[in-house]
Amino acid sequence: MRAASRVAQALILAAVVGLFVLLAVTTAGHLEQRGIRSGFDFLLEPAGFSLGESMLPVDAGDSTLLAFVAGLLNTLRAALPGAALALGIGILAGFGRLADNPLVRGLASAYVNAFRNIPLLLQLLAWYFILTDLLPAADAAMHLAPGVFLSKSGLSVPWWGETGFEIPEPGGFGIDGGARLTPEYLTMLIGLALYSAAYIAETLRAAVLALPPGQRLAALALGMSPRRAFIDVLLPQAWRAALPPVTSQLLNLFKNASLAVAIGYPDLVSVAGTSLNQTGRAIECLVIVIAVYLLLSLGAAAISHRLEQRNLKGRPA
Amino acid sequence: MSRIHALTIAAALAAFTAPAHAGKTLDGIKSRGQLACGVSTGVIGFSAADSQGQWRGLDVDVCRAIAAAVLGDANKVRWVPLSSQQRFTALQSGEVDILSRNTTWSLTRDAALGLHFTAVSYYDGQGFLVSKKTRVTSAKQLKNAEICVQSGTTTEKNLSDYFRAQGIKVKPVVFDKFEASIKAFFSGRCQAYTTDASALAFIRAKEAPNPDDYVVLPEIISKEPLGPAVRRGDDEWFAIVKWTINALIEAEELGITQGKVDALKGSPDPSVQRFLGVGEDLGKSLGLDREWAARAVKAVGNYGEIFNRNVGADSPLKLPRGLNAQWNKGGILYSLPLR
Repeated sequence: MRAASRVAQALILAAVVGLFVLLAVTTAGHLEQRGIRSGFDFLLEPAGFSLGESMLPVDAGDSTLLAFVAGLLNTLRAALPGAALALGIGILAGFGRLADNPLVRGLASAYVNAFRNIPLLLQLLAWYFILTDLLPAADAAMHLAPGVFLSKSGLSVPWWGETGFEIPEPGGFGIDGGARLTPEYLTMLIGLALYSAAYIAETLRAAVLALPPGQRLAALALGMSPRRAFIDVLLPQAWRAALPPVTSQLLNLFKNASLAVAIGYPDLVSVAGTSLNQTGRAIECLVIVIAVYLLLSLGAAAISHRLEQRNLKGRPA
Repeated sequence: MSRIHALTIAAALAAFTAPAHAGKTLDGIKSRGQLACGVSTGVIGFSAADSQGQWRGLDVDVCRAIAAAVLGDANKVRWVPLSSQQRFTALQSGEVDILSRNTTWSLTRDAALGLHFTAVSYYDGQGFLVSKKTRVTSAKQLKNAEICVQSGTTTEKNLSDYFRAQGIKVKPVVFDKFEASIKAFFSGRCQAYTTDASALAFIRAKEAPNPDDYVVLPEIISKEPLGPAVRRGDDEWFAIVKWTINALIEAEELGITQGKVDALKGSPDPSVQRFLGVGEDLGKSLGLDREWAARAVKAVGNYGEIFNRNVGADSPLKLPRGLNAQWNKGGILYSLPLR
């Protein structure tokens, strides 16, 4: 029986792989027939465009591949801190939803409902235009602290730059030197975090409410304070139940980061879009983006699965 | 062996006797009764839907002229709005018969994308718009400036090329939507905005809170010859599109206007007669009838009329003819001879 099912599985797998190979071969054939250049050789040629912000010093003369890597790093640079922030805000808001204080409960529920029910793209655009409208012009930057400036060009802080450790100072068009967190980056960070945090809050609340009421009552009967009962008894159990859906929310955050191009943040999708237009290699550019997102998401899912397994096994005595 | 011979002879005979073959694309258009024309999702003056949902613009009129020439009716066009990422694929895959979407003719696009550009319908160039507050009077003063730009065009590459040649670093802020890029610029996010000069004039006139606060810099940093493209592999269709555009330009040179097409049929000028199909039949070589060019001009006017109505003096854009004037009027517009 098991052998039969294995054979069936292998056959299905082979059929699916075969289908994709057939698709790739046919497409390549048709492209060639119509005189359309295809292939990934363009990755090694100079990109011809530069990125507005990047952790790598990428220039227009560098290869397209390097521009893709810089785009991916920009995606991660927004998504990873965004995920940490979402987790923190989500936990706070989730507990807020369970609080005894009606004001806290009301605020938390208003936040969760508002942010879950407005499309993320609209939220990003709104944050972005609020941010760029409210902040002062680059030549009239707010001087928040020594070497820290805030303006439409972003938040400039002292950091290592081309000339060693740099203190930002007013220059030709606003603030020069140091590191700059642009409004695009700040919007991505805030927008992604607040959106995902609303979902995480609901997940946590549901996980706590799903526990048998006896757990809380027993803890209280043992003389624990409501707070201790929550932290030591309810939370550890709820966390276990909440982990898989929370991981899935964090993965969604990573995928949602692909909306960055709408507000001018040079992420992987933005770089792919520009390369597509310079080279006309539409299929290749999309395949790269799909492959990167798929691999990273599958990788993160595998890690989360391991965590779950360990959680199930390694229960403290 | 003998059968192959017979076929070869038959083919050779056919080539000599039959009129020029119409081509696959034209057959398709005729059987559908509609020309599928790929346009932009909204560039005022070139292709944009007005408040009644009617498509208007220079690129739109090119398609209408072609529909008039091949189908006898300028309204038999199906408009397919395409984003800059979709446009080439839509043409390659046959979704549209012609891509008339303010697209720059460049070597890479002409050679590697399985398409052919047919003729230049508008000579453009890339420029900069800045706020007067910045006191910038030349693009060379934009060192370290942040420049808002819409993605998906040759604009980003020109920007990099120009400033690399100048040895100046600038920071592009790239948006995928036109509206977002404009909004960001006018909110003060960037010190400059860059795109084709034709669009800059429109943006300054129509989108700026106060047009007088903004100025277009004198530098034009690139050549942007815009024109319609067709799929490769159908030379007959390629010729029809190419020559219809040439006909619109030639009509202006000959003084054939929309209103005078019928009256000029009695003109003694042989060039005018040829154009209107009174004398020689030029349409036959293209697989069309003798009145193809007359119908095109009657439907949308000659190039000068199309220009003035959509982007020139009679439009909100008020662009000067500049390079797009006739070759004998200080421009570089030069129709190949229709004879």
